[in-house]
Amino acid sequence: MIRLQDITKVYPMGKRELTVLNGINLNIAKGELVGVMGPSGSGKTTLLNLIGCLDKPTSGSYYLEDREVSRLSSGELARIRGQKVGFIFQTFNLLSRLTALANVELGMTYAGGVDRQRAIEALAKVGLADRVNHRPIELSGGEQQRVAIARALVKNPSLFLADEPTGQLDSRSGQEIISILISLHAEQGITLVVVTHDANIANHCQRIIHLRDGEVVGEESA
Amino acid sequence: MKKWGSLLSTVWLGLSTHKLRSFLTMLGIIIGVASVIILMSIGKGTTAQILSNIQSMGANLITIRGGASFGPGGVRGAGGSTQSLTMEDAEAIAEQVSYVSAMAPSSSSNLQLVVGGENTNSQVTGVTTEYFSVNNLNIASGAFFSESDYQRGAKVAVLGSDVKETLFGEADAVGEKMRLGTNIVYVIGVLESKGAGFDSPDDTILIPLTAMQQMVSQSRTSQGEHVVSSINLTVSDEKQADYVVEQVTSLLRTRHRLSSNANDDFRIQSMQEISQAMQETTNTMTLLLGAIAAISLLVGGIGVMNIMLVSVLERTREIGIRKALGARERDIWTQFLLEAASLTFAGGIIGVIVGWVIAYIVSRMGLMTTLVTPDIVILAVAVSAGIGLFFGFYPAWNASRLDPIQALRSE
Repeated sequence: MIRLQDITKVYPMGKRELTVLNGINLNIAKGELVGVMGPSGSGKTTLLNLIGCLDKPTSGSYYLEDREVSRLSSGELARIRGQKVGFIFQTFNLLSRLTALANVELGMTYAGGVDRQRAIEALAKVGLADRVNHRPIELSGGEQQRVAIARALVKNPSLFLADEPTGQLDSRSGQEIISILISLHAEQGITLVVVTHDANIANHCQRIIHLRDGEVVGEESA
Repeated sequence: MKKWGSLLSTVWLGLSTHKLRSFLTMLGIIIGVASVIILMSIGKGTTAQILSNIQSMGANLITIRGGASFGPGGVRGAGGSTQSLTMEDAEAIAEQVSYVSAMAPSSSSNLQLVVGGENTNSQVTGVTTEYFSVNNLNIASGAFFSESDYQRGAKVAVLGSDVKETLFGEADAVGEKMRLGTNIVYVIGVLESKGAGFDSPDDTILIPLTAMQQMVSQSRTSQGEHVVSSINLTVSDEKQADYVVEQVTSLLRTRHRLSSNANDDFRIQSMQEISQAMQETTNTMTLLLGAIAAISLLVGGIGVMNIMLVSVLERTREIGIRKALGARERDIWTQFLLEAASLTFAGGIIGVIVGWVIAYIVSRMGLMTTLVTPDIVILAVAVSAGIGLFFGFYPAWNASRLDPIQALRSE
């Protein structure tokens, strides 16, 4: 499903250049649950952004579902993000002015159209049926992250990308989020790539990829 | 449809989050549009007023004056300065030109006027009885002079309302006497006011032409014809005014024995021509007023651009989130452009209402005549929406070009 060949990503930093990813080769199969670990600054988030088509590599090729996407225009990448990719961020990234329901509907706005019934179902699936009309400020961190999962879930993406989804949560809420993600993967066969420091998540992954200084330094399978 | 619905609710959300700010931004547009409406309506109202004044003097009036018209020489004598028109010209026109329903020659002269202790110099016009009907004049008090007054050259006068006001104030003028040159003349009537306007009869003193000829030694042409200073004609059919002008011109040229390459020694003007010229002038004035008001609309537009730029900066993270969820540049662009356009469109509608109400009040208070026409309203609303699109374009473009990763990272 995902095939990365010699991917590099270089950011210009004034006169010098900062190499964030340096020759990444990686394959992820459909339905896999993959963890990405590494110290901060190792390029985990940049890798996730590339996989999620938020960013383009400086060189190398990226095949998503056998389609070369690393040279597509920003409009085509946006379409792929809208239809195939569900993001879950460390900081939730909900719109504070919108209710939980409206935030979930926002997930469908750029992916074919809003369907309120499906949005309500998605919220019910993450256990927030009674919080539909609450705004993010009225929800706990764990609940906010569950809204974010519902927002990703509602458009049936083929690829889930989570960037430290439990990073800002207490351990009990974190545990809830982990079990929701694990059960989504188990029940719906979702392809899930998780960037994490959390050993709890890592324990559930089928494969762990270790990054250091923009290179893959090790892989372990469960 | 569904897509537009969600787009509109997105736009509403963006604007309603900062209600006061949106309102203040809109206020700039409201003031701009309202001033366009008010100033244009004053321009249009003034135009309409002037036209109706002209109409009240007789829409089918044609005036002929002595004096050369514009020619290759470029210089022209003042109207009436050349004594080329005669009583006999007037009679010939009445007999030979069709569609002329009435004819009134008149002769003007400046005479010494003494009323009580007041001593002024005033323009006096000698007229026939037809003059009153040809020029659409109505009497306010007293009466016009009669046909027999005219025949015997009675020393009687009918005063324009302004002249009466100046000479007699509020007092009744009818029956009073005044001295014109060396003659005593009795006031027998006062005209209704026609309002200020082109060649207003309010400023005139009318006496029988026959009396005028006795009082002032009237010159005669070499053929021995009585000179008059102008001839007014009424056309029976307004549509034939141009035809009558043409016929009268050729008749007078023949009578005055002008060679084919000589200039006319008279000026002929139909009320239609005058009203067209007036309309052109006032239209220019209306446009000028509108252009001045449009400057405030422009300032309002710059305010919209300013606020949209701030708004894009503030909502960088929102833009990042939307992009991560699959929004294309075009989607973001449309969203912000529509926000700007809705602000100015709504401002335009409110501005039209405010301007309309103020124009109505100005008109009701009698300060000025105002006229709000559909074209002003449509123009104002279209321009304000256009301003939103124009000044919203750059901020929206800025928003659409944001890098999603950096946008997501911003606080």
